[in-house]
Amino acid sequence: MFDRLRAGLARTREAFTARLDQVLAQPLSRAVFDELEAALIEADVGVPTASAILDRLRARRDVRDARSVRGALREIILELLGEAAPLRIDPPPAAIIMLGVNGVGKTTTIGKLAHHLSRQGKRVLLAAADTFRAAAIDQLAIWAQRVGCEIVRHAPGADPAAVVFDAIAALRARAIDVLIADTAGRLHTKVNLMEELKKINRVVAREMADRPVERLLVLDASTGQNAIAQARTFKDAVEVTGLVLAKLDGTAKGGVVIAIAHELAIPVKLIGTGETLDDLQPFDPRQFVDALLPPTP
Amino acid sequence: MFEALQGRLQTIITQLTGRGVLSEADVDVVLREVRLALLEADVNFKVAKAFVDRIKAAAVGQQVTKHLAPGQQVVKLVHEELVRLLGGTARDLRFADRPPTIILLVGVHGAGKTTTAAKLAARLKRRGRQPLLVATDLRRPAAVTQLQVVGEQVGAPVFSQPGATDPIAVARASLRDAERAGHDVVLIDAAGRQHADDELMTELRAMREAVQPHNVVLVVDAMTGQDATAMAGRFQAVVGIDGLIVTKLDGDARGGAVLSVVEVTGRPVLFVGTGEKLDGLEPFHPDRMASRILGMGDVLTLIEKAEETIDAEAAAEMERKLRRAEFTLDDFREQLRSVRKMGPLDSLIGMIPGLAGRAAGLAGAVDERSLGRVEAIINSMTPDERARPDIIDGSRRRRIARGSGTSIQDVNRLLKQFEEAKKLIKRVGEFERKGKRGKFPFRLQ
Repeated sequence: MFDRLRAGLARTREAFTARLDQVLAQPLSRAVFDELEAALIEADVGVPTASAILDRLRARRDVRDARSVRGALREIILELLGEAAPLRIDPPPAAIIMLGVNGVGKTTTIGKLAHHLSRQGKRVLLAAADTFRAAAIDQLAIWAQRVGCEIVRHAPGADPAAVVFDAIAALRARAIDVLIADTAGRLHTKVNLMEELKKINRVVAREMADRPVERLLVLDASTGQNAIAQARTFKDAVEVTGLVLAKLDGTAKGGVVIAIAHELAIPVKLIGTGETLDDLQPFDPRQFVDALLPPTP
Repeated sequence: MFEALQGRLQTIITQLTGRGVLSEADVDVVLREVRLALLEADVNFKVAKAFVDRIKAAAVGQQVTKHLAPGQQVVKLVHEELVRLLGGTARDLRFADRPPTIILLVGVHGAGKTTTAAKLAARLKRRGRQPLLVATDLRRPAAVTQLQVVGEQVGAPVFSQPGATDPIAVARASLRDAERAGHDVVLIDAAGRQHADDELMTELRAMREAVQPHNVVLVVDAMTGQDATAMAGRFQAVVGIDGLIVTKLDGDARGGAVLSVVEVTGRPVLFVGTGEKLDGLEPFHPDRMASRILGMGDVLTLIEKAEETIDAEAAAEMERKLRRAEFTLDDFREQLRSVRKMGPLDSLIGMIPGLAGRAAGLAGAVDERSLGRVEAIINSMTPDERARPDIIDGSRRRRIARGSGTSIQDVNRLLKQFEEAKKLIKRVGEFERKGKRGKFPFRLQ
């Protein structure tokens, strides 16, 4: 008797789901997917990663209508981005090397980061290892003055690895918590400049063995697919530990970091959102995805 | 790195058969790939779509020429249209009838305005003008100092007012100064600003109204992504621009943003910036840019790169040695070094049409490290051994392998390749005498 009841209920359930299926199977129109793909590409996610995301979306069985599709899309992107990855600078002393191509905002990011860490009560030392660009040392010195931290500098044109070496010596002598090294902007395609960077990195690896060392690649949020090539080359050269996405206060979405997380597994650690000292924040994947794909009203 | 258009089209092109006219199906299948190539190059999504739609309308029904497969013909149309679009009309700066000519450089942060200002000053000086550089970026720390340093490097005076807070007042004062000192060009370097920052954009418009420049030049980073249209559209709407300078084209960005910006503003590219040296400002070549955006390889850039890094005299000397078959391992190492100086191999391969699509696969075969090993092996030889490789016996081979951190097999392989190369060189010499062109004689393992 119970068996019959169960069987009957099952039939009802089947009939119900079948009806529901019919309603929901109004298969998601191609237009919805096209629109989503366009949104991803216009956010600089790039065609290959946008396609990979949409493939995962189509494979999800819970995505049946236009209502659930955005939620699912957000989940997929969050999965690609991974958990929030905080800066690893404990226990002190630690070193942070800032890397990147020309004009992405390395020096400004350093100013903000030094301010941020000083406010947490840490003793910060800057190393002016961009000895190439005109007035880069002066620019960093002004930031040091504004923030109220110390700086190690050599003359323009000096060996950047030597600047970093001296800064590490100073870090030991003066009980500094965090050393932040500025490096010259370099296009990742310039072999000699990448070799110079490896040398700086070797000095830090040797002198700061067993200490926390972050190698942060600064990306301009308005950069397109070339950011992937940048990340790949810098990663190959010095094993980048994280990304800083600068200039996110404009209209650019910086979606290429999803492609970088997807292809190279480098997490975003910080974002820059303006020109003042306080405009630097830890990266929050949820906020980022909100900005990328605003929840539908 | 990027899958290039040519590589992807190869399969499609062979599938299409040559018919009388281009059918809609033929055109569609090719244009789909063209659109992807444009998007990979960072051409704005909407710009790419509009562009492809226009091509489609023009292509369907066209006579298929005898020499080209239908797919190739569509690509040719695409390329021509791109060149036409990028070509624009005005090709140079506008000079005032009554000097000074005023040029205002604008752009977002980090686009390269200050470096470009110095490069432009250097170029103008070479053409016999007396430019004055004007520092109006009073916001970024040490921006004025930066302009002073690069100004000095190119030998152009820099106008600045220490302690000033109003960039427009500085610009106005610079015009009076230019007239007094007899400068015929005034180059005003404006502070970088986000196009979404209304306050600073309005300030820039006020600057334009105050100094009435003959040219407002937007400096655009070649690596810019989809946001290029929003950026350029805003600068055009609020400030109004007359021409573009594209920077950082010496990297490997495909530069699709250039098309986006030209399309949005309707203004021509005046110059392109390459490299950090202050002579790196060149005229713009629409055809090269079109090939680059489409990922069709860029032989001209490759040739220029070679010219830039390989010293002409050294090349002539090398040629003489090759002809007389005096080629030694020292020379071989020299050649290796010059090739490596030109940049990463895969980006070089990417510039060769036909190889562009296969760059990723080839990178494994001719990888940077194997070149490094070859160099290490040669470095571990004595000068005598390099000059006369035939004296390298078993015990020397062991020593060389140990010294270079490689195996005896590696050393053997290199010596064998070198011998073969020498033989080839002789034959190339003979070919050339018969009027045929020789190939680069080394096959890398």
